[in-house]
Amino acid sequence: MKVQMTVNCRQVSGEVEGRTLLVTFLRDGQGLTGTHTGCDTSQCGACTVHVNGQQVKSCTMFAVEAEGAEVATIEGMANADGSLSVLQQAFQDYHGLQCGFCTPGMVMAAASLLAKNPRPSEAEVRRHLEGNICRCTGYHNIVKAIMAASGQHVTAVAAE
Amino acid sequence: MYNFDFVKPSTVEEAVAALQDDEAQPLSGGQTLIPSMKQRLNAPGTLVSLLGIEALKGISSADGVLTIGGVTNHATVAAEAGAYPALAALAAQIGDPAVRNRGTIGGSLANNDPAACYPAAALASGATIVTNSREIAVDDFFQGMFTTDLEEGEIITSVKFPIPEVASYQKFEQPASRFALTGVFVTKYADGVRVAITGASEEGVFRWAEAEEALTANFSADALAALAVPSNAMITDLHGTAEYRAHLCKVMTGRAVAAAH
Ligand SMILES: Cc1cc2nc3c(=O)[nH]c(=O)nc-3n(C[C@H](O)[C@H](O)[C@H](O)COP(=O)(O)OP(=O)(O)OC[C@H]3O[C@@H](n4cnc5c(N)ncnc54)[C@H](O)[C@@H]3O)c2cc1C
Ligand code: FES
Ligand code: FES
Repeated sequence: MKVQMTVNCRQVSGEVEGRTLLVTFLRDGQGLTGTHTGCDTSQCGACTVHVNGQQVKSCTMFAVEAEGAEVATIEGMANADGSLSVLQQAFQDYHGLQCGFCTPGMVMAAASLLAKNPRPSEAEVRRHLEGNICRCTGYHNIVKAIMAASGQHVTAVAAE
Repeated sequence: MYNFDFVKPSTVEEAVAALQDDEAQPLSGGQTLIPSMKQRLNAPGTLVSLLGIEALKGISSADGVLTIGGVTNHATVAAEAGAYPALAALAAQIGDPAVRNRGTIGGSLANNDPAACYPAAALASGATIVTNSREIAVDDFFQGMFTTDLEEGEIITSVKFPIPEVASYQKFEQPASRFALTGVFVTKYADGVRVAITGASEEGVFRWAEAEEALTANFSADALAALAVPSNAMITDLHGTAEYRAHLCKVMTGRAVAAAH
């Protein structure tokens, strides 16, 4: 089957099977390996991308289901000049990553939160990340990075 | 995962026609079906996506009844079911944001996972499940875990919820899966109280008749004091024993009564 969609504002198409997952199409078909497959069981959120502005797990959606859709991945998050976006820079500044495996999914999930809720509370940030698992950081620095990216003070973030 | 053909009709009639094929199965949000296909627990020959059918999307409310289209996703219910606040709150607690953007009410009810949230809401609300061919009273719909009254190829087109005077859903979350370890939905209507419990029983979602009777007489958590749910039909797994779940049924019912508004 042929599938067409917009990925990071670029029109792309490719030949897929029914069972080809969106994450497989992005990684193997388009070479966009920033989106990671962590669990492949819909649990970890490493594969989070945006489809028509909504965050979804690209391991739990078929590529054919994204026919005609606008898809955004981590590769489209940097500024036009290639520098890191405010959110990405905050992950670096606040040590919001260690191995970096979960980071693309974390950034995409956080971007989706900030688009709807530009100044979330710490509790809202933590709740929004329920579907994103990080095995390294213990989450505190990820939460700090997102609070900082939304222009808020991070010293107040609880070290629970 | 085995391969399959994919079709995406734009009307209910076309979907029903495509589902006449023995090997065909409906696909809604895929948040249950895709993981189960990866495990080869399911291997449909054709997937009939329902998400292209605009008539199955959306929420409306009239004459004290909230109607939700069969492929309306959890995020939409959370945001737009304000006429029935306890139901909107339930949808907002399902899984995580990505799951809520894809998963749908029809998929959840058709699947009837013993730990799913919507079955408790539907049963506690005396909802009506509307399909392409008939209307099913919720008391006849659920028939034990992962089993419903739906026929092969029949699809849920909408669900009608009579709006209660007050209600609350209290979910004791299984922290890894975020499903209900035990969840209780309590509603109070002019003609009585209904209590539906998910996550606890080997039989799937069920009504707790003794609690309904006691709460209809006296809508207060104290009315439950002398009652207990027997543990013999409860689920035991690594997250909790049957006795633990039986205890949670009572505790969460009390919390739901206290929180009902
Ligand atoms: C990480 C994670 C956490 C979750 N947490 C929760 C939770 O806390 N609470 C909860 O309740 N659920 C939870 N879920 C399940 C989620 O709500 C699913 O979305 C839902 O159970 C199934 O809906 P779906 O639209 O994705 O259905 P699908 O996966 O597309 O389909 C499920 C089944 O229903 C059938 N079907 C689908 N639509 C229809 C229809 N309209 N008519 C007839 N048959 C139909 C399909 O053929 C299939 O057999 C979770 C899922 C994940 C992945
Ligand atoms: S890889 Fe998709 S949720 Fe883990
Ligand atoms: S930084 Fe390693 S998993 Fe999150």
